[in-house]
Amino acid sequence: MDLTLKVWRQKDAKTKGGFQQYSVKNISPDSSFLEMMDVLNEQLNNNNGEPVAFDHDCREGICGMCSLFINGRAHGPDDDITTCQLHMRKFKNGDTIVIEPWRAKGFPVIKDLMVDRSAFEKILQEGGYVSVNTGGVPDGNAIPIGKDDADEAMDAAACIGCGACVATCKNSSAMLFVSAKVSQLALLPQGKIEATRRAKAMVAKMDELGFGNCSNTGACEVECPKGVSIAHIARLNREFLVANLKS
Amino acid sequence: MTKLKSNIPHGDLAEKWSHYKSHQKLVNPANKRKIDIIVVGTGLGGASAAASLGELGFNVKAFCYQDSPRRAHSIAAQGGINAAKNYPNDGDSVYRLFYDTIKGGDYRSREANVHRLAEVSGAIIDQCVAQGVPFARDYGGLLDNRSFGGALVSRTFYARGQTGQQLLLGAYSALNRQIKLGRVKMHPRTEMLDVVVSDGRARGIVTRNLVTGEIETHFAHAVVLATGGYGNVFFLSTNAMGSNCSAAWKAYRKGAYFANPAFVQIHPTCIPVHGEAQSKLTLMSESLRNDGRIWVPAKKEDSQAIREGKKRPEDVKEEDRDFYLERRYPAFGNLVPRDVASRAAKERCDAGLGVGTGEAVYLDFKYAIDRLGKNVIEERYGNLFQMYEKIVDENPYNTPMMIYPAIHYTMGGVWVDYELQTTIPGLFAIGEANFSDHGANRLGASALMQGLADGYFVLPYTIQNYLADQFSVKPIPATASDFVKAKKDVEALVEKLMNIKGNESVDSIHKKLGKIMWDNVGMGRTAESLQKAIDEITKLRAHFWKNVRIPGSKEGMNVELEKAIRVADFLELGELMARDALNRNESCGGHFREEYQTPEGEALRDDDKFAYVGAWEFTGDEQVPNLHKEDLNFEFIEVKARNYKE
Repeated sequence: MDLTLKVWRQKDAKTKGGFQQYSVKNISPDSSFLEMMDVLNEQLNNNNGEPVAFDHDCREGICGMCSLFINGRAHGPDDDITTCQLHMRKFKNGDTIVIEPWRAKGFPVIKDLMVDRSAFEKILQEGGYVSVNTGGVPDGNAIPIGKDDADEAMDAAACIGCGACVATCKNSSAMLFVSAKVSQLALLPQGKIEATRRAKAMVAKMDELGFGNCSNTGACEVECPKGVSIAHIARLNREFLVANLKS
Repeated sequence: MTKLKSNIPHGDLAEKWSHYKSHQKLVNPANKRKIDIIVVGTGLGGASAAASLGELGFNVKAFCYQDSPRRAHSIAAQGGINAAKNYPNDGDSVYRLFYDTIKGGDYRSREANVHRLAEVSGAIIDQCVAQGVPFARDYGGLLDNRSFGGALVSRTFYARGQTGQQLLLGAYSALNRQIKLGRVKMHPRTEMLDVVVSDGRARGIVTRNLVTGEIETHFAHAVVLATGGYGNVFFLSTNAMGSNCSAAWKAYRKGAYFANPAFVQIHPTCIPVHGEAQSKLTLMSESLRNDGRIWVPAKKEDSQAIREGKKRPEDVKEEDRDFYLERRYPAFGNLVPRDVASRAAKERCDAGLGVGTGEAVYLDFKYAIDRLGKNVIEERYGNLFQMYEKIVDENPYNTPMMIYPAIHYTMGGVWVDYELQTTIPGLFAIGEANFSDHGANRLGASALMQGLADGYFVLPYTIQNYLADQFSVKPIPATASDFVKAKKDVEALVEKLMNIKGNESVDSIHKKLGKIMWDNVGMGRTAESLQKAIDEITKLRAHFWKNVRIPGSKEGMNVELEKAIRVADFLELGELMARDALNRNESCGGHFREEYQTPEGEALRDDDKFAYVGAWEFTGDEQVPNLHKEDLNFEFIEVKARNYKE
């Protein structure tokens, strides 16, 4: 198929960016979206241009490195997948595709379609863990966990930290991301001990780093490639409320 | 030719590790604060090592090329992690896990290392549970297990089809805690481009900041490589796009021996190649072989009709289906080790019975769905089925999956002794980056086990035996001559690459290398194909240094430059792999030399001549490397032909 691409180009964080138009031809519908981008880059390279920078690594939907706003949707038109799993059969011959980076105050552009998501690191460093050292822990089966709780914790833990929730939210809120970790650990006996401190510290850091408030539109849940539910935001709110009542 | 010293402790196999730990040298808490350790790579090995060393009180500097440690490719491991817990009461033990691993590796790994791995396997599960890793549980609240290839027991712990993700996020959470506490300084988007050797010891690294392009040096009392494997030398593999051999290769060029580079794992259950633009291959977890049955049509006319789109697999009669693994290996059936399953698929496809493009076989869930119901299969493999459908556009609940072998894991790597130390004092290698535990073939669910064993429970001990007398060594400034020279060498390399200004992209040359490797150093190798590979790679390398085109500048983000540096190293490593494979005149595990096979087509080892680890020493650019042999002495296990038939 032949396509027209409108791609955001930006030299670095300090330089103003803009759209550039390119056309690519003979793209196989069985190619992935990023393989189509590879074809574009090969074409640019062969014509003395500079390839488009975009983040990607595992190309199987789990590392969370790929991003891209495609035709106005985070990770493109297909549901429950990342950009790297999006295939060209979801587009038609002759389509124009608009490709942008994540746009959020908390995620400054590094180059072209690449953004800086280190704010997520800082939030998790505030308490996205159980404070245990290596060694000296009880036997795995000494901590029984009901299957339902284990399954729900796993649903939350499936978050890949890609940032689609932030990029989609009209307030650029990181609530879905934060709630996924808080909820996972609040559901498990290992994590309950520090639940109060964790919820407060992570929310405070999120606010400090310039992410907006949650106004319950649920857009984040729709665009989450791993289907993390906004029910976890409700659990985060409960944990946060309890934390504030206790202090 | 020197004999390598593996430093295996004396004594009974089961006592070696506890004896070692009781007698090794330790660093006292006050002195730990004076010691810097560099950990390169933040996958399961690197993240767990960096966190554990931070907890012990060392100053850790950790590096990864991704934007976050959580992106390391361990994240993509699907199926599970082995541990000899024997929770299912089905006869497992430390010895049995040890035995299965040695046998699975076709008797080309070190007994003492493998036994230690099996010994610490249980503690890994406990550690991960304590961190909040949401392993699968049964209704009674206890941990669930599944089976994997090469074993007759269920010892694999899992978190849906995302076990690697959950284990890595566990290690990453421990790492984050140490970063917050100031014990670990994290350097993301930073690639190691050389190791600094000073007075014969590893004392630091040279890095390139991938955002600014800045070349920097970092000092440490010891350097740990946790940089993964080199499967991307084949261009197409299940590795992440950025996975590379450069850290290990630079260490090799500085004097660390590289062991068994020919030992590469080809995974039997990957989604087949779709076309020229293919950038990577996607694995379908080995756990699928628990419930999926592998077959091809028994008749060539059926295969041909399917390839031409005239027949559907569902319409092939039951008696016309060849379940070739069940036929050839009745005892293990679809759960034979990966190398055996991969070769058997190739054999059927070479015989003209392949489906799809001709290079694919079926993995069929119809029988399991009939037996267990669709819901059970959906609960077990739902995310994998979804992934398959998104990529191939076919629904595996209704029609069999198509699979074909693909490059997945590298058993070879930097040579290390029992303490995981390379031939450069102070330089350690852990996880997939080293060669030590999997012999010529790794069993499924054992990579996660080894990464975490090394990082949580082995390296934090053994590195102290080295560091015990190092606390008095003062940090070496970046202005010292060894550091200045190492930095200048890297700057010169970057300059040289940027100045080629050729007309062919890095990817284009990388694809050519991949094709040479797959065709000649892949699933079936011959002396002739290997010599051909050496000749062609030598030519391609020369072509690269004349014709590669890197746009942009060396300052700032330059993805093409990053790739060029990596491919330059792959172009050297590929040749070494072919040399190693050519030297090893036997077939073992994933290394299949077509000249050496039994009448039934099974791998034929030559224990008299090749029961050794082949460790290669760099001798200079375009020079033939030196081979050093570490003899493998099997004191506790009877070496015999692998048999998965009965």
